[in-house]
Amino acid sequence: MSNDIFVLAEHLNGKVSDISFEMIGKAKELAPKFGGKAIAILMGRGVKSLAESLGADSVLYVDDPALAQFNPEAYSRALAAVIKDRPPRVVMMGNTSMGMDVGAWVSASTGLPLIAYVNCLNVEGSTLVATSQIYGGKIQAEAIPNGETCIISCLAGAFPADAGKGSSSVEQIASPVSLNDLKVKFVKLIEPEKGDVDITQQPILVSVGRGIGGQENIELAQELAEALGCAVSASRPITDAGWLPKTRQVGKSGLTVKPKVYLALGISGAPEHLEGMRGAELIIAVNTDAKAPIFDVAHYGATCDMLDLLPALTEKVKG
Amino acid sequence: MNIIVPIKQIPNLTDELEINGDGTNLDHDALQYVLNEFDEHAIEEAVLTKESAGDAVRSAVTVVGVDTTGELDSALHTALAKGADKVAKITGDFPRGTDSHTQAKLIADAIKSMSPDIVMTGVQAADDRDGQMGPMIAAHLGLPYVGVVTSVAAKDGKAIVHKEYAGGVMAEFEVTLPMVVGVQAAHQPPRYAPVSKIRQIAKTAKVDEISGGDPVGSGSSVRKMFKPQSAGHAQMWDGDAADVAEKIITMIKEKGLLK
Repeated sequence: MSNDIFVLAEHLNGKVSDISFEMIGKAKELAPKFGGKAIAILMGRGVKSLAESLGADSVLYVDDPALAQFNPEAYSRALAAVIKDRPPRVVMMGNTSMGMDVGAWVSASTGLPLIAYVNCLNVEGSTLVATSQIYGGKIQAEAIPNGETCIISCLAGAFPADAGKGSSSVEQIASPVSLNDLKVKFVKLIEPEKGDVDITQQPILVSVGRGIGGQENIELAQELAEALGCAVSASRPITDAGWLPKTRQVGKSGLTVKPKVYLALGISGAPEHLEGMRGAELIIAVNTDAKAPIFDVAHYGATCDMLDLLPALTEKVKG
Repeated sequence: MNIIVPIKQIPNLTDELEINGDGTNLDHDALQYVLNEFDEHAIEEAVLTKESAGDAVRSAVTVVGVDTTGELDSALHTALAKGADKVAKITGDFPRGTDSHTQAKLIADAIKSMSPDIVMTGVQAADDRDGQMGPMIAAHLGLPYVGVVTSVAAKDGKAIVHKEYAGGVMAEFEVTLPMVVGVQAAHQPPRYAPVSKIRQIAKTAKVDEISGGDPVGSGSSVRKMFKPQSAGHAQMWDGDAADVAEKIITMIKEKGLLK
């Protein structure tokens, strides 16, 4: 085993995602405490230039036709093989759509422990201490691996990205395991539908969550948005229920928005939602639960019933 | 089409979560448990997949979970009311809050002999501190896994699945069955089962019992559990809806967005 920290970098459509830089920066801070290096692992096909944009101590670039697009089976098998060939101290990856497919699979197949949803990572002496954000953001759990080696999946936005940018030397290898017999075949990427309003371009968003109660009340939000000349957005449960189109969803699996004013109405503020709206200039939250996490990121808040507030606001806007 | 749906019970997050005396775990006994909401979607997607498979006679949805609460039966009865055909629980000394690695291994061992075409489970659960069960079950069974999936179309030994990335982008994969799917959301909202129907089913339902082996453990130890200290908090406005509306209008006007 080396004392290196591996970081599995993510990329889509020729762009390295921010979380890769965030993790590389953290790995560079922690690896010297083990006496090791921060090594980024980038998988792909013909994308060495992306590997060169990572600010790790060095980059291991795994080039294979089967890795041309993210493929959970190919990534998991290739990563497990790299770990076996060059056992590191720690493996970091994103607790993202891609990383979630890979981390737990590699953990169960290699026997390495996995600590997930990590938003705080430190080394005390020679011990890794990882803090997970669980139970919908209501609880932090600080844990240490039972052995020396561990996989960590990190939440987006947990560490600053700047320290992970730069360049480094790249070692290119072929996949250490054959990827010719995959059961999972990438077919295509599907870009989000256009045509609906673009919620990322709105000065104000009237954003609704479960507190709206029923589909029949969506109209109340729409009336307010119309009076304000802006659009209605929503948290995941509302788009999952089909009450608003997916193009209106704010959050981790939806869109990231930064309006001048974000009205969060009946939204509790799950970590996945906060990830998509915390950059708004002014956040005003209304939720009957005074302990809702949305109030931790909002600038102003109230606990009145949003169903009373909506018509009152619309009336006042109309004058 | 033989579909198996592994499920997990988790604390009801609308309750106040209390931490135990030594500060390393939740005070589980004080908590109400509910079915992981992603597993609700997995059950729905499984039933929809069965219904569209076209070979209803030979198709079955089996819902399986580790009974960590002694109350798994009610979740299983609800699954039957929503269209599952068979249910099973894995029993043994598995306390509330049993880690994902252990539950995944128990479920993988239990379903190995059931020869599933598709295993569908919730993509994650709020208590997955040591990771998500779906990929672990796949690794134990030697099956491929795709997670964060919002639609599954299975036909002729293959499945087309849609996986969500950030920003509304999706990837389409074609997977040779059998496979494990981590369901983010069913392609229609989970159906509702009336309480009267669940009660009726509970009277006659047969819950298969499978005796579980030893826990494998998460491989890590929690040394401290605590509630997050938020960096800031909203300045709260008192008053009724009309008062709050007035304040919001003022703020929007200050931003120059309303005259």
